[in-house]
Amino acid sequence: MQLFFSGLLAVLLSACSGMPLRGTGDLGLVVERASSHVTLVNTSSREAYARIGGLGDLSHASVVYSRDARYAFIFGRDGGLTKVDLLEARIVKRIMQSGNAIGGSISQDGRIVVAQNYTPGGIKAFDAETLELLSEVPAEYAPGSFSKVVGLADVPGNKFAYALFDGGEIWVSDFSDSKRPVTKRYPAGLQPYDGLVTPDGRYYLAGLFGEDGIALLDLWQPEQGSRKILEKYGRGEEKLPVFKMPHLRGWSVAAGRAWLPAIGRHEVLIADAASWKETGRVAVKGQPVFVMASPDGRQVWVNFAFPDNGWVQVIDTLTGKIVQTLQPGKAVLHMEFTPRGEAVWLSARDDNRVVIYDTKTFRNLGSLAADAPSGIFFTSRAARIGF
Amino acid sequence: MSSSRFLYALTAILLGSLAMPGMAELTAARQKELVHLVRQDCGSCHGMTLRGGLGPALLPATLADKPAEGLVATIIGGRPGTPMPPWHRFLAEDEAQWIVERLMAGFPE
Repeated sequence: MQLFFSGLLAVLLSACSGMPLRGTGDLGLVVERASSHVTLVNTSSREAYARIGGLGDLSHASVVYSRDARYAFIFGRDGGLTKVDLLEARIVKRIMQSGNAIGGSISQDGRIVVAQNYTPGGIKAFDAETLELLSEVPAEYAPGSFSKVVGLADVPGNKFAYALFDGGEIWVSDFSDSKRPVTKRYPAGLQPYDGLVTPDGRYYLAGLFGEDGIALLDLWQPEQGSRKILEKYGRGEEKLPVFKMPHLRGWSVAAGRAWLPAIGRHEVLIADAASWKETGRVAVKGQPVFVMASPDGRQVWVNFAFPDNGWVQVIDTLTGKIVQTLQPGKAVLHMEFTPRGEAVWLSARDDNRVVIYDTKTFRNLGSLAADAPSGIFFTSRAARIGF
Repeated sequence: MSSSRFLYALTAILLGSLAMPGMAELTAARQKELVHLVRQDCGSCHGMTLRGGLGPALLPATLADKPAEGLVATIIGGRPGTPMPPWHRFLAEDEAQWIVERLMAGFPE
């Protein structure tokens, strides 16, 4: 009898919530940049299951996940920050946090969401539960001069590393006391355009636009200061025009090496991830934008800036050779691997669809309709350092 | 100024504006392509709504005090020392001029 009642109770409870119990490990979302919407997707069934609107200007929108992988924090270009519940498929809270934003990150303990801003230049920290403002660090690199902030990455110790495009520096802010962050500054070089932290959280790399090279900071030994790697990779040759800035966030470390986009050269640069010396280069179809390693590190997928953005190339990290060249659609803006990498989803903006490929056979597994899709973000990001 | 000289000058201005290179020749289809290019590809730095990003805002108010020829030259030739690339491979000068005029007036959706 008691068993009967507890069974009945369970049925009633699940009926109340209106949905079956489920985890979120195979969920994610696709940003529809032009229409203020995101489409919620399931990577097991390869289907969209909901669509949410009213999210403002989503050009260049990016997403991080709460550590329980239930909530997505969506950073819009217009400074909007929206917390979305993937299970109930609804907006939990939405604020306007700045005039012009470029992305964000979430702290190691999952309690602090940080937005990086162009206007006003700096970062702002919010309570992940309530989106209440906790503190901010204006990127005032010289008295009265504020920089656009790029390359924000969560690093261990509730710290965030980021780069100042106009200030030419790497900053690391410690939010151990979330209301009173403490910031350390390191020189980077001319016009850092984006940054990444290695998957172990040890090295922060800032790509430079204004000079050939990448600034590197060892976060385990920050007292040693920053240094340049891959210096003069352009060998003094004239740069090709860059019609879209590369993006560095993603798993670009694979097979013990870092795979990085060159600026103004149609090449992927390879550096040893211990010595940080150049070990090779791969000639590719165009200016690389995303250079993303598969979760196992065996492949690196590369997409390209306009006008080569209909191509995608796959590098085998064992041989350093291109093993596949694909044309998934018009204007491929982003790629995302399923959690263990058996498939990759690509957004083809001008075809209004997301295309799915098998990473072993390179077979097209199908596609989903989406309105001018850009970023694709799966919940596996919730557990990754640097996101 | 005599009235005949005034009329002559006025006629010259009107003819001049009619004779702006290629202005009348951009087809509706090409205009649509240009709008898409500006919103989507220029938009990756300047923002899809053109309110700015890594690159500056391209709204009528922000462009008002800038000479149109300079803006056309920036589109065609880029701006060294900044991330602004030259677009001459993809845009003819009259197309850049059309874009600048539309930007200064409020860019179509």
